[in-house]
Amino acid sequence: MIRPPYRRSSLRAAVALLAFCSAAAALAAAAPDTLEQRVAACTSCHGARGEGSPDGVLAPRLAGKPAGYLLQQLEYFQSGQRRHAPMEYVVRQLSQPYLRQIAEYFAAQDLPYHRWPQPAVSAEVLRRGEQVVLHGDPARAVPSCVSCHGDKLTGFEPMMPGLVGLSSGYISNQLVSWRTHTRAAEGPYCMGVVANRMRESDIAAVSAWLASHAPAADMHPQPAAAQTTPLPGWCVMGHSEVNP
Amino acid sequence: MKWLRRGVGLLVVLLLIGAAAWWYLARDQRAPSTPVQREADAAALVDPARIERGKYLATVGDCAACHTARGGQPYAGGRSLATPFGDVPAPNITPDADTGIGQWSFDDFWAALHLGKGRHGQLLYPVFSYTSFTRVTRDDALSIFAYLKSLPPVNQPAQPTGLEFPYNVRSSLVAWRALYFKPGVYQPDPAQSPQWNRGAYLVQGLGHCNECHAPRDSLGGIEQNQHLTGGQIPQLDWYAPDLSTRSGGGLEGWSAQDVIDLLKTGQSSKGSAFGPMADVVRLSTQHMTDADLQAVATYLQALPPRAPAAPVAFPQAASHEQGGKLYAKHCADCHGDNGQGVAGIYPPLDGNTSVTGPTSINAIRSVLLGGFAPATAANPRPYSMPPFAQQLSDEDVAAVVSYVRQSWSNKASAVAPVEVSRSRHTPVD
Repeated sequence: MIRPPYRRSSLRAAVALLAFCSAAAALAAAAPDTLEQRVAACTSCHGARGEGSPDGVLAPRLAGKPAGYLLQQLEYFQSGQRRHAPMEYVVRQLSQPYLRQIAEYFAAQDLPYHRWPQPAVSAEVLRRGEQVVLHGDPARAVPSCVSCHGDKLTGFEPMMPGLVGLSSGYISNQLVSWRTHTRAAEGPYCMGVVANRMRESDIAAVSAWLASHAPAADMHPQPAAAQTTPLPGWCVMGHSEVNP
Repeated sequence: MKWLRRGVGLLVVLLLIGAAAWWYLARDQRAPSTPVQREADAAALVDPARIERGKYLATVGDCAACHTARGGQPYAGGRSLATPFGDVPAPNITPDADTGIGQWSFDDFWAALHLGKGRHGQLLYPVFSYTSFTRVTRDDALSIFAYLKSLPPVNQPAQPTGLEFPYNVRSSLVAWRALYFKPGVYQPDPAQSPQWNRGAYLVQGLGHCNECHAPRDSLGGIEQNQHLTGGQIPQLDWYAPDLSTRSGGGLEGWSAQDVIDLLKTGQSSKGSAFGPMADVVRLSTQHMTDADLQAVATYLQALPPRAPAAPVAFPQAASHEQGGKLYAKHCADCHGDNGQGVAGIYPPLDGNTSVTGPTSINAIRSVLLGGFAPATAANPRPYSMPPFAQQLSDEDVAAVVSYVRQSWSNKASAVAPVEVSRSRHTPVD
C-alpha cells in the first residue's frame, strides 16, 4: 500500500518540529535564566549556594552572611580597598544594582553549618582564644569580639558579619589582612585598629577558638534592633576614630 | 689654513641644518586665537547644550577611563598608566585652579588635544593619545572643554612620572613625533557616505581605537600602514584584534549588527567583550547613540580585506585527547559540545577569532581569569565564566586551549604550558 504523500510530509514535519523543540530545549537547558547560572564565576570557588570552598580558606562561606556586608565587600573589591586579585578582576565589570542582587542571593541561602575539625592547638591556646573573644585584652585596649559581633557571634543585620562557621585559616588571614592594609574600610576602621593592637599569638588563638566553637542553634545574623550593647565608644558603625 | 676654514665652514653648515631641523620639528604650531575668537570660545563654555554635547563626546573618547584613579573622583587623574618605558600618571582634568585645568584657556586645551603640547609648550608623552585626538574638530574639542570646565573642581596634585632615562627627557619626543605624529583634523572623504565619514571620524579620532588595535614597534609608535590591523597591548598583555570584518580580517564574518551589539551590549552572536574591551564597552561605547554606533559599524565593515595568512598545517597537539576530556568536563555545558555557544549568552568558540587569533594569549587568559561580560544598560545582569587559574595546571590549560584552537573549524597552533605560566598574573587595574 502506498501512503498518500501528504501524510509522509506531515510526519516528517512533525519529526522535524520535535527535533527542533528538543534542540531548543537543550539549548535553553544549557543556560537557565537564574542568578545561580549567571554567577558561575562566583560559585566555581564559593560553591553553588555560597557554602565556601571545602577547606574554608581559599574561598569563604557566603551563605547567610548579612546582605549589606556582602555588598560592601564586593564594592571594596571594586575600589581596591579590599585586595584579592581574582576577586578584584571578577567584580570589575559589574554595576552596583547587580552586585546588590548577587549579595542578596548569597545572603538568602539558608544552609546548615558544619563544624571545622578541631585546630591542632593546645588547650591553653584555646583558653586564651576564648578569653579574648569573650573579654578582649584590656591591657592592649582590644575589645572583645562579642561586644560588636554579638553574644552569639552570628553578627547583626545589615552590616556586621558573624564569626562562627568560618575556618581558622580564613579568620587569621583576615586579621592579618587588616594589619597589612589588604583589607580596609572607609569607616568604621575599628577592625584595622583592633587587629593592629592584637598580639600575633592572639590572632592564632582567637581564630582557633572561633573555628572550634560549636555553631549556635540559630546561626542567622541577629536583627539590627537586637544590637543593644553599645559598641565601644570609639567604634560606632559609620563613625570611627583611628586614634581613640 | 685652508683645511681649517673648510672644516669650520662644514661645521657651521651642519649646525645650521641641525638647528633648522630642530626648529622645524619643535616649532610651536600653536596659532593663538584672535581676541574675538577667544571671547566667542569663552561664551560657548557656559552654554548648557554645548556642555551636554561635551559630556557625550568625553564619554565617546573614554577620557574618564585614564583620568580617574580606581575608586577616585571622576576626571581627577591619578591613575598610573603603565608603558614599556615607565609609568605615567594621568593628570587631573577637573577645573581646579591649582592642580587641574582651572587656569587653562581653550587655546591651551586645543594645543594639548590637537598638538600634544602642554600649557607651557612642553611636549606631552604620547600615552595621552593625541596621535588620534588630533583628528577631533575644534568645535568638538570646545564642547569637551566646556564639559570639563563644568565639573566640580577636585584638588588632587599630579603624581610624579615614573619614566626611565632617556624617556624622561621630554625633548626626546621631538624625534618620536617626527616619526609617528602628524597633526591634523579629520578631513572627510567626499567619495564616501556621510555615515562612513562619521564612523571614520569617531574610530580614528575620539574613539582612538587604533591606539590598541594596531601593532606598536620598539619605540611604541604605530606605522601608518598598520591602521586597525591588531596588536598586543603593551603591559596589559591582551591582544586587540584586527578590526576588518572582511576576508582574512580579525572580525571576519561579523555583520554590522554584530559590531553594534558588541559595542552597545557587551556581547554579540560572534563573541563577548572581555579584558580591556569590557572596560571600553562599560564606560564608553554602551552610551553611544545608535546613529554613531551604526556609523562605526559602517566604517569597520568597509575596512579592506587582509591578505590571507599562508595556509599552515599546524600539527595536532599531543594533548588533544586530554584537552577534549577537559573541554567536556569544564567547558561544554556552556560553550556546547561543538563549540557553538548559546546565542546571546555564551559566545561560540568555533570560528571565534579571539580563540584562533594570531596569538593564543586571549584564549589562555580567558580560561585563567574567567569573569563577567560587562554589565550594560542592555545587558544589566551578564552571565559569567568561572576562573580556572585556581583549578587547572599549566598543562591542563594548555591542553584545553590547544583543543579549542584545533577543533571544529578552528585551525590554529597548539599552546605550550610555558605560555600559560607566563600569563598567570591577574590584572587589578
